[in-house]
Amino acid sequence: MARTAGLAPRDEAAMRRRLVTPEGVDLGLTLATASQRMTAFMLDAVIMIVVLIAMTLIAVFGLFATGGGGMQIVAITWLLGFFLLRNFYFILMEMGPRAATFGKRVAGLRVVARDGGRLTADAVIARNLMREIEVYLPLSFLGYEAAGDGVDTLTTLLGLGWAGIFLFFPAFNRDRLRIGDLLAGTWVINAPKRSLSFDLMRGTAASGGYQFTEEQLDAYGIYELQTLEQVLRTGDYDSMAAVAITIRDKFGIGEVDSNEAFLNAYYEALRTRLERKLLFGRRRVDKFDR
Amino acid sequence: MNAPSSFRGLRAEREEEWRRLDALVSLCEKKSPRALSDDDLMALPILYRSALSSLSVARETSLDLELVTYLEHLCARAYFFLYGVRTSPGARLRQFFANDWPAAVRGLGRETLIALALLLVGTIAGYLLVSSQPEYFSAFVPGELANGRDFSASRETLLNSLYSGKEQDGLAVFATYLFTHNAQVAIFCFALGFAFGIPTALLLAYTGAMLGAFLALYGGHGLGLQLGGWLIIHGSTELFAIVLAGAGGLRIGWSVVFPGAASRLAAASVAGRGAATAMVGVVLMLIAAGLLEGFGRQLIVDDAVRYAIGLTMMLLWLVYFYAPRRRRNG
Repeated sequence: MARTAGLAPRDEAAMRRRLVTPEGVDLGLTLATASQRMTAFMLDAVIMIVVLIAMTLIAVFGLFATGGGGMQIVAITWLLGFFLLRNFYFILMEMGPRAATFGKRVAGLRVVARDGGRLTADAVIARNLMREIEVYLPLSFLGYEAAGDGVDTLTTLLGLGWAGIFLFFPAFNRDRLRIGDLLAGTWVINAPKRSLSFDLMRGTAASGGYQFTEEQLDAYGIYELQTLEQVLRTGDYDSMAAVAITIRDKFGIGEVDSNEAFLNAYYEALRTRLERKLLFGRRRVDKFDR
Repeated sequence: MNAPSSFRGLRAEREEEWRRLDALVSLCEKKSPRALSDDDLMALPILYRSALSSLSVARETSLDLELVTYLEHLCARAYFFLYGVRTSPGARLRQFFANDWPAAVRGLGRETLIALALLLVGTIAGYLLVSSQPEYFSAFVPGELANGRDFSASRETLLNSLYSGKEQDGLAVFATYLFTHNAQVAIFCFALGFAFGIPTALLLAYTGAMLGAFLALYGGHGLGLQLGGWLIIHGSTELFAIVLAGAGGLRIGWSVVFPGAASRLAAASVAGRGAATAMVGVVLMLIAAGLLEGFGRQLIVDDAVRYAIGLTMMLLWLVYFYAPRRRRNG
């Protein structure tokens, strides 16, 4: 199952934030990581550049088609189109019901108000107008440098330093906030669409002959159980073999017919035991939790 | 082994409901709430609460990680959908023009005065400096903007520059270009406010200095009145917009430096959201200024008419923003 990409469960816990609904249930949102947000932004940038190129091509064809007569209309459309794309692509998409641009959707992210209230239009506008100094200003510095427009090295270095501060700002605060997020009171959470597959605990298929002693079942806690669940759901043959060998070595169990069947049986037995403990108010976090 | 049946039952009992909620929320996200039938609309909040209680039960009794994560995400999606108040775009727009925009501008009152003062100080400084020492002109006005209008130019050249429009064909393009350029500068002015408002203040004073330099140049040739007409027809709108953008930037800078009782973060985000609403208005004002500059100024060459239009626009903006209005109930 897809956890937050590339994060160990404990780091994931560090990225969780409380959001208590009016009904009193904590939804436990997970913040987007810096790399997820980078991916989303790159995708959006590519989309914008492609649209810009298409717009320019259409404008050029329009000029040829009208023999230069439609110059005015073409120029106006292009200028306005560029302006709207630059300033309103993010704003309009994040105002929609999904509160995410195309890039964010693909990366499974959405924008949320930090106080748990509704995301207002002014917050979306504020967070995106700040892109002006976070992205476009450094870009224009680079542009000047590339064009050799008589901007000296010091200015360029200052520009790059400026860009660096904003670019890496999300990496240096606990909540992964961009300057725009800071100003608008928003944050970006990881909210991919999940689907619900089968329950691993079918209770019939696999318990096939394996009996585990109390001691063997006390070897692990919830963390190990859920790691095992992930291995079983992924269904990767090699990792199942590796896990099965580790467990069998620990318990001194010899060869088994099928690693998968063995792991399934152990999963069911362990989960049953731990869930029963839960009912009695005992939550055993991991194998070190006595 | 004999598993307690309650948690295996949770999934069996409720899965149907979760899947229905999932489908309804997906439909709303993809299309709009109007795509739902009346029955579905009525069922949505009930399904949402039921899913929330399933989540609580699952967290306490089940160790099925996939189930808990699925329910968390489903509940979050439904929550954001149900607790986001959606008005129709038309109602939203009416609300913006009737209420939000003028209120946001009024909320920036103190900063607007400061921004205006900065602009005026810049103008006066620019005027005095350039009047006494014309060499300063090139320091305030970059070459491409001056475009031949400097102290080496004759009175006739300067006079011509006030009344000869660009070639009439390109007016609309010119207006569009001016608008996009000015809007970008204004947004910039707003965004830079974050650096404690210092760059915004400098930008305002510099714009003033440029203005002052032109006043000194034309005034020196006895063309002050004519320059005034040339400027005011669009300037009353454009400079007002720039002052408002500057005010937005200053408000943000101010709240970062002096957050008051709130935390620095909270103060900045309140200021940022208020100023952002005003900024959308600023962009609209710049569209009007671009039209006035592109068409009005090039087509109308009579000084009196230019002054009349410019001052009328000024008055309209002032009345729209600051005229007392009845409080709406609720």
